[in-house]
Amino acid sequence: MNIIQAVNDALRIEMERDPTMVILGEDVGKFGGVFRATQGLQEQFGEERVFDTPLAEAGIIGAAIGLALSGLRPVPEIQFADFIYPAFDHIVNEAAKMRYRSGGEFTCPITIRTPYGGGIRGGHYHSQSPEAYFIHTAGLKVVCPSDPYEAKGLLLASIRDENPVIFLEPKRVYRASRGEVPQEDFTIELGKASIAREGSDVTLIAYGSMMHTVLDAAEKAQAEDGISCQVVNLRTLMPFDVRTIVDSVQKTGRVVIVHEAPRSCGFGAELSATINEKALLYLEAPIYRVTGPDTPFPYTLEEEYLPSPKRIRKALRDSMSY
Amino acid sequence: MSQAVYRILRPEGRVEKGEKVPLDDSEKLVDMYRYMLKNRRVDERMTKLQRQGRIGFYIGSVGEEASIIGSVMALQDTDWVVPCYREFGAALVRGFSLYEYCCQLFGNAEDPGKGRQMPNHYGSGKLRFVSISSPVGTQIPQAVGLAMGLKIQGRKEIAIVYFGDGATSQGDFHVAANFAGVYKSPLILLCRNNQWAISVPRERQTASESIAIKAQAYGFEGVGVDGNDVLAVYKTTREAAEKARQGKGPTLIEALTYRQGAHSTSDDPRAYRQDQEVDSWKERDPLRRMRAFLINQDLWSKEKDEQYEKEVGEEIQDALKRAEEVGPPPVESIFEDVYDTVPQHLKEQLEEVREVL
Repeated sequence: MNIIQAVNDALRIEMERDPTMVILGEDVGKFGGVFRATQGLQEQFGEERVFDTPLAEAGIIGAAIGLALSGLRPVPEIQFADFIYPAFDHIVNEAAKMRYRSGGEFTCPITIRTPYGGGIRGGHYHSQSPEAYFIHTAGLKVVCPSDPYEAKGLLLASIRDENPVIFLEPKRVYRASRGEVPQEDFTIELGKASIAREGSDVTLIAYGSMMHTVLDAAEKAQAEDGISCQVVNLRTLMPFDVRTIVDSVQKTGRVVIVHEAPRSCGFGAELSATINEKALLYLEAPIYRVTGPDTPFPYTLEEEYLPSPKRIRKALRDSMSY
Repeated sequence: MSQAVYRILRPEGRVEKGEKVPLDDSEKLVDMYRYMLKNRRVDERMTKLQRQGRIGFYIGSVGEEASIIGSVMALQDTDWVVPCYREFGAALVRGFSLYEYCCQLFGNAEDPGKGRQMPNHYGSGKLRFVSISSPVGTQIPQAVGLAMGLKIQGRKEIAIVYFGDGATSQGDFHVAANFAGVYKSPLILLCRNNQWAISVPRERQTASESIAIKAQAYGFEGVGVDGNDVLAVYKTTREAAEKARQGKGPTLIEALTYRQGAHSTSDDPRAYRQDQEVDSWKERDPLRRMRAFLINQDLWSKEKDEQYEKEVGEEIQDALKRAEEVGPPPVESIFEDVYDTVPQHLKEQLEEVREVL
């Protein structure tokens, strides 16, 4: 199963289980989504539960909030994360604050699915990684799977969560990432990271599509540089799993953080600050960040822009030799 | 006014020729006036409270009471109200208590919103009165979604969303009207066109001949109504509600009214508009009009004025007195309701705050 199929499977399972769940977005109906994540769902569940909207992201999320107020459980799709900004007000000022501002009188359990990230030759409007904006917003959970197993288990957990969730799908590996996924209904707990690779020299932290680059780098670092990396796959970015990170740092004493998004105020900065607060005396070297540069996402030179195994290995070596 | 504006009551309180009073329930007619009067007295009292420094801010609706009370009273109690920040009267009709309202203004421990929002931003799940936010127009797409959801579930309820003339310049208004038209949502979009968005007049918001006409472009009906005529607002809203309940889609109602007071206690309208304009609208005041009508119908009198004013005055005084004695919410409340449960990082941040208290 690939990630698209896993997302589709999770959506189908939840639509069958929960009659209040609805899917809305651009092209999600008959066409099944531009990436085909909702393929066959309108046919199975009808136009009242899986429906196309006019082309307006603010309307999709605004309406999703209202659908939730009416007692439904909406799972809107934003076609590309790059197009989420017209809905930013509804996400940040409305969905995220609904429970808080009303003292719990109203809630907003919506899961916004959106493909993010580079590597598909999409230039700056089909490649962005906007996670930091949402991690920074109190009231939102932010979830980012890296493979089909996580996509299914985390999506089911997100939809069942009582809070608004931004579910970032790694579109670069939508089809390239394949793996065994249980047929049955299962969830992966939000807020818990996994150890994707055991190791002892450096803690390598990543999430989403970068996991594949990071695991590749870790393997090469072991084989060619003799560096043993413990790879932490965050899975949930807010709230993130501080315990697992700190445990690993206490073991290795060295940290490299990898993400595609630009560096300044990127999520790596928060991870780095947290590690400083919780495990400073265990550190043998500064915390290194391998990220996209502080530029818009380029079209032609995207491979140079994106963190590569080469860049990650350099950071690992720098950390080891500090 | 060049646009077609529906009216039942003339400014002096007489029924227009060829029009009828849209309901024969004299108790409800009197209630309309009583709610409008209460709405105004509360606004006046709370504005004073702000001037005395006892609350930080206040937004009133003086002059616009008919557009609010007339519309919400045309709905059923099970229908949903999606307000902006100037519809306290609608909350009042729904049963939001004055005590809770005062607690909200003080932001104290008994505020249903737990002291998290500035004055005039409240809501009630059980009253189906959706929580208010400040950004202008965001409630409109949400109301469409709410109405879509009611329709999907085959429920008989409908929704009404309130907004001002300024909000019709927002993308959210157009996005929402477009969605409402496409999905034939059981929704009433009620624009209180009070002529001013803080200091910017209606002419600067749109070159359209009216706001009601905008509905045409989205494939549904838009109607103009005299927003200072509570009976006309009531009848227009009731018709729109019946239409929505029958599955015939949304209606945009433009209630032409006037913001007699300041935008909020932080505003001074003398800086941007003429007293003459304000005075001319005061002559068309919605309370005066309805009171004159009720007196003509033998449903109201000077004695009732005195009696009701006294009653309202005491009720406000009592609610304020009780609310002012309530302390602030506990410090934990900063960290609660961000999520359904308090996550670890917020527990730690609560401890940080507690350590220095």
